[in-house]
Amino acid sequence: MSRAKQKAQPGTMKKVLEYLRPYMGLVALSVLLAAVTVALTLYVPVLIGRAIDLIVGPGQVDMPGILRLILRIAIVVAATAAVQWVVNTINNKITFQVVRDVRAQAFAKLQILPLSYIDSHPTGEIVSRVIADVDQFADGLLLGFTQLFTGVVTILGTLGFMISIRPGIALVVVLLTPLSFVVARFIATHTYSYFRQQSETRGEQTAFIDEMIGNQKVVKAFGHEQQNVERFDEINERLEKCSLQAIFYSSLTNPCTRFVNNVVYAGVALAGALVCVACGGAGFTVGSLSALLSYANQYTKPFNEISGVVTELQNALACASRIFQLIAEPPQTPDAPDARVLKDAQGQVEMKDVSFSYVPDRKLIEALNLSVKPGQHVAIVGPTGCGKTTLINLLMRFYDVNGGAIRVDGTDVRQITRASLRANYGMVLQETWLKSGTIRENLVMGKPDATDEEVIAAARACHAHSFIKRLPQGYDTVIGEDGGRLSQGQKQLLCITRIMLCLPPMLILDEATSSIDTRTELKIQHAFTTMMDGRTTFIVAHRLSTIREADVILVMRDGSIVEMGSHEALLQRNGFYAKLYNSQFAA
Amino acid sequence: MKKLFSYLKDYRKESILGPLFKLLEAFFELIVPLVVAAIIDTGIGQGDRGYIVRMCLVLVALGLIGLLCSVTAQYFAAKASVGFTKKLRHALFAHIQGFSYQTLDTVGTSTIITRMTSDMNQVQTGLNLALRLLLRSPFVVFGAMIMAFTVDSRAALWFAAAIPVLSVVVFGIMLISMPLYKKVQQLLDKVLGITRENLTGMRVIRAFGKEAQETADFTRKNEEFTAAQKHVGRISALMNPVTYVIINLAILALIHTGALRVEAGVITQGAVVALYNYMSQILVELIKLANLIINITKAVACGNRIQSVLEMPSGETVDAQYKKEASPYRVEFRHVGICYAGAGAESLTDVSFAVRPGQTVGVIGGTGSGKSTLVNLIPRFYDVSEGAVLIDGQDVRGMEVSALRARIGVTPQKAVLFQGTIRDNLRWGNESATDEELLRAVETAQASDVLSAKGGLDAQLEQGGCNLSGGQRQRLTIARALVRKPDILILDDSASALDFATDAALRKALKNLPEQPTVFIVSQRTSSIQQADQIIVLDDGAVAGVGTHQQLLDSCQVYREIYDSQFKKEARA
Repeated sequence: MSRAKQKAQPGTMKKVLEYLRPYMGLVALSVLLAAVTVALTLYVPVLIGRAIDLIVGPGQVDMPGILRLILRIAIVVAATAAVQWVVNTINNKITFQVVRDVRAQAFAKLQILPLSYIDSHPTGEIVSRVIADVDQFADGLLLGFTQLFTGVVTILGTLGFMISIRPGIALVVVLLTPLSFVVARFIATHTYSYFRQQSETRGEQTAFIDEMIGNQKVVKAFGHEQQNVERFDEINERLEKCSLQAIFYSSLTNPCTRFVNNVVYAGVALAGALVCVACGGAGFTVGSLSALLSYANQYTKPFNEISGVVTELQNALACASRIFQLIAEPPQTPDAPDARVLKDAQGQVEMKDVSFSYVPDRKLIEALNLSVKPGQHVAIVGPTGCGKTTLINLLMRFYDVNGGAIRVDGTDVRQITRASLRANYGMVLQETWLKSGTIRENLVMGKPDATDEEVIAAARACHAHSFIKRLPQGYDTVIGEDGGRLSQGQKQLLCITRIMLCLPPMLILDEATSSIDTRTELKIQHAFTTMMDGRTTFIVAHRLSTIREADVILVMRDGSIVEMGSHEALLQRNGFYAKLYNSQFAA
Repeated sequence: MKKLFSYLKDYRKESILGPLFKLLEAFFELIVPLVVAAIIDTGIGQGDRGYIVRMCLVLVALGLIGLLCSVTAQYFAAKASVGFTKKLRHALFAHIQGFSYQTLDTVGTSTIITRMTSDMNQVQTGLNLALRLLLRSPFVVFGAMIMAFTVDSRAALWFAAAIPVLSVVVFGIMLISMPLYKKVQQLLDKVLGITRENLTGMRVIRAFGKEAQETADFTRKNEEFTAAQKHVGRISALMNPVTYVIINLAILALIHTGALRVEAGVITQGAVVALYNYMSQILVELIKLANLIINITKAVACGNRIQSVLEMPSGETVDAQYKKEASPYRVEFRHVGICYAGAGAESLTDVSFAVRPGQTVGVIGGTGSGKSTLVNLIPRFYDVSEGAVLIDGQDVRGMEVSALRARIGVTPQKAVLFQGTIRDNLRWGNESATDEELLRAVETAQASDVLSAKGGLDAQLEQGGCNLSGGQRQRLTIARALVRKPDILILDDSASALDFATDAALRKALKNLPEQPTVFIVSQRTSSIQQADQIIVLDDGAVAGVGTHQQLLDSCQVYREIYDSQFKKEARA
C-alpha cells in the first residue's frame, strides 16, 4: 500500500485516455446517443402519464386520444430501443478496440524488448499481463462506458426537472449527493492496492502454472505432482485472501453510497414536508413533493451505479498499470539512424577487446580478441559453461558488448541494422524451436517465397524428406506447440533444413547435430560441407571430428580464449585442447 | 457446468445467506414508499412537525438496516464466489497433475493456462453477481406480478403474457451467445498461444528477422478475437433494448385494457396507475437482470470449458488383473507395440528384450527410430497398445503409478530445470535428501564445477534454468535423477551436450555407484554405449538387433553402419 502505487493512478488514467483518443469521435457519438436515450426514456413516462390522465372514470375515457398516444409511445419506445442498441454496440466497439490496441502494442513491445528482459522474466508472468490483465481492463472499461455516460446524463436530466420544481430543495440535493462520491473515493483508494495485489498474485500463479504445466512431463517423471499441488495451493490461498479483500471492500461502495443517498432522500422528505407544512399548501403541494421525491430517487440511482463503476475501474486500472508497465519498459537500443544495411556480407568478423557479463558483478568475457577471415571455419570448444553460447549471443547481437567492439566486414555491428545483421547469419541451435503451424511454414521462415521444389530439395539434402513424407499430411502436417510429438532429432533436422533453404553468408551452428544419429549425420555431411563452403562459420560442437576440419579452433575456458590455432598445431602444443581430444579415446 | 456446483458445497451457508440478505434489503427498500406515504398523509395532513422528523429518522434507520443487510450479503457472496473459485482452481490443477502423457499431448499448454486463469476469473465474476442478484430480480418480478393480479386480474393477464415472452427472449439470447462466448475463449487460447510461443522462441524469431511477421500474425489473431468479441457483444447488446420494448408494449396493452375496464366501471384510474407502477418496477429489475444474464452466460461458457478439462480421464489407472510373476529380470519387454493417438503407424513394433538387475543397456538407432518412445514405456508414460512391459515380473499397468515412478530416475531429453535454488531442483528427486546426498549425486553427474561456478546449492536458477548452459543443465538433470537412488536409471540422450571427457567420466562414475542401478542409456554415440551389457538397436520402430557391442558388430548391419559412421570419421584424423 505504498504511496508510489497509489500515485500511479492518475498516470494510468491519462494513458487510458491516450488510448481512447483515436476513438474520440465514437466516444462523442456514444455520449450524444446516451443523452438521446436518457431523454427518450424520461419522455416515455410523461406520455404514459398523459394517457393515464385521459382515463378519468366510467364514461370519461377518451379512447381515440388514448389510441393516438399509444401509437406515439410505441414509436418513441422503438426509437429508444434502437438508439440503446446502437449505444451498446458503439461501447463494445470502443472497448474491444482499445483493448486490441493495448494488446497489440504490448506484443509489438515484446519484439523489441532486450533479450535480457525476456530471459529474466518468467514466460507465464508476461503472458498473464498480456492476457489476464488486459482482459480485466476490458471488463472495467466496458462497464465504465455503459454506465458512466448514461449515469451522468440521467443526473443532469433529473437535476433540470428538480430545479424547475423547487430550486431551493434541489440545491439541498445537489450539495448532499457529492457525499456519496467522497465515500466512493475513500473506498476506491483503499481497494486499489488490494486489486493490485490481486493481479500480482494472479501473475505469480500464472507463472507457476505456465512453468509446471509447460513441463508437466518432467513433473510426472519425478512424481512431483503432490508437491506441485501444495505449492499451487499456497499461492491459491494467498490469491483467495487478496481476492476476497478486493472484491468485498470494493463491493462496499454500492451499499455505502446507497445509504448516503437514503439519507439525502430523507433530507429531501424532511425539508419538503416542512416547507409544505409552513406554506400550508400554497405554492408547494403534496404533488410537487412526491414529484420531487421521485426525481430525487431517479437522481441518486445513477450515483450508485457510477460509484459501483468506480470500484470496477479501480480493478481495471490496477491491471492496466501492470500492462502499461510492460509497454513502458525500455526497449533495446534502437538501430542507429545512420545504421548500415548489411547485404551479402563477405564474412569478415573481428572481435576487439570484447568484454561482457550478464550481471555487472560477475565478469564473464574479458578482453576477447579474434579475427576471422571471410570463409573461415571457426570451431569453438571448451568445457560446458565456458561461454560458448554467450559468444553466439554477442555475434547475433542478442546482447550488446559491455566493452570493445565486434565488426563484420569492418563495420561495428552497432552501426548495422539488427535485421540485416541477423539475416546474414544462419543459426541452428541445440535448443530446437518450432512454431505451431505446418512443417512447410516452419521450413520457409528464412525464405518465405521458396518454391515447393526448393523446399523438398533442401529437405532431401538434410535427409528430412523421408520422415516428413511419412507424416499424415506430409509437408502440410500441422505440428503443435513446441514441435508436438516429433523426436528431438527430427526437430533438429527441420531446423537445419530451415537454414539449408535460405543459405545466408555466415553460419552459426551450436551443437546443430547433437540429437541426430551419426548415420544420418554422415549422410548430411555432404550437404553441410557444401553449405559451409565459402561461408564464414562458427561451430560449437563436442564431436571433435566436426571440429578437426575447422580452420581455427578456439579453446575457451571460463569466458576467455586459452588456446587458438589449427587442430594439428593445438595437438602439438599439448595443452588444454590436447587433453580434451585425448579424453575421447580414453573413453 | 452442473458438476462444478459440487465445489460450492462447502459454501452452502454463504450461498444461501448471501441472496437471503439481499432479499431482506429489497424488502426494506419496499417499505420506504409506505413511510413516505405516512409522512404525506399524517405529517403534512395534520401539520405535525414532530411526526415528520420522527418518520424521517425512521427513513434513515431503514437505510441503515438496508446497509447492514447489503454489506452482509456482499460479504457472503464474495466469500462464496472466491472460495468456490479457489476450490475449483485447486481441483483443476490437481486433476491436470494426474493427466497421462497421452492426454497432455492432445490438450496443449496454452488452453490449459487460459482455462485456469481467464475462464476461472469469468466464472468467479459470474457467480459473485449471481449470488447477489439472481434471487432478488425474479423475486421482484414475480412479486410485482402477483401484486398486479390482486389489483385487477384481467388487466394483469398482460403480465402473465409478457413474462413468458421475456423469458423466451432472455434465454434465446443466452443460448445464441453461449457458443459465441466459447468461441471467444477459444480465440483467446490462440492469442495466448502465440504470445507464449514468441516468448520461448524469441531468439530464433529475431535470428530470422521475423518480428514483423510474428507481429502481423498476432495482429491477425488479435483482430479475430476482437471481431468475435464484438460479434457476441452486438448480440448481448440486444438484451436490454428488446426487454425494454416488450415491457413497454405490455404497458401500452395494459393502458388500453385499463381504459376499457375503467370505461366499463370495473376499476379506477388509481388502479391503472398502480398497475403501471408495478410494470415499471419489473422493467428496472429486468434491466439489472439482463446485465446479469450476460455475465452468467459468459461464466457458463467458461465453466463448461473448465468442466471439459475436469472430465478428461486422468488415465493411469491401476489394473488389478495384471498379477506379479516370478522373474529374474528387472525390466522385460514382451512383443511391445505402441501406436500414438492420431498417428498413422506404430511407433514401435514387436519389441522384446529382458534386462537383469544391475545391467547397463544401450539404446541406439536412427533419428525418429523410437528410442525415446521405448524408454518412455518403462515408467509407463505411455501405455503399450500391444504386448507388455514388466518390471520384476509385474506388468507396469498393474503397479501403483507413484510407486513405479519412485523407483525410476529419468533424465528427459530436454533438460528442464525450474525456477528456484539448485537444492530445490535436486530435491525433486527425493524430498528428504540431505545436502551430503545431493552433493554426492552432483559429483557422480560430473556437475561439481557447475555448483562451484554458480555458488553452491543455494544458487538461484531462473525459469527453465536459462542462466545455465545446455551442458550444465544436462548434468544437473542427471544429478536430480540420481538423488532418488533409483533402481532403474534412464538417460535419454542426456549426455549429448557433454564433451567426451565429461561423458566418459560420467559413465565411469555410474558404473561405480554402490546402489548398482539398472541403467538405460539412449545415445547417438557408439562410444557411450559400447561397454553396455546389452545394446538394443532400433531401426524405424523395430528391433534390428540385441546383443553386446562385439556380437552386434558381427551380426547387425544397422549397428555396424552406425559404428562405422563414427569410427571412420574419427579414423580420418
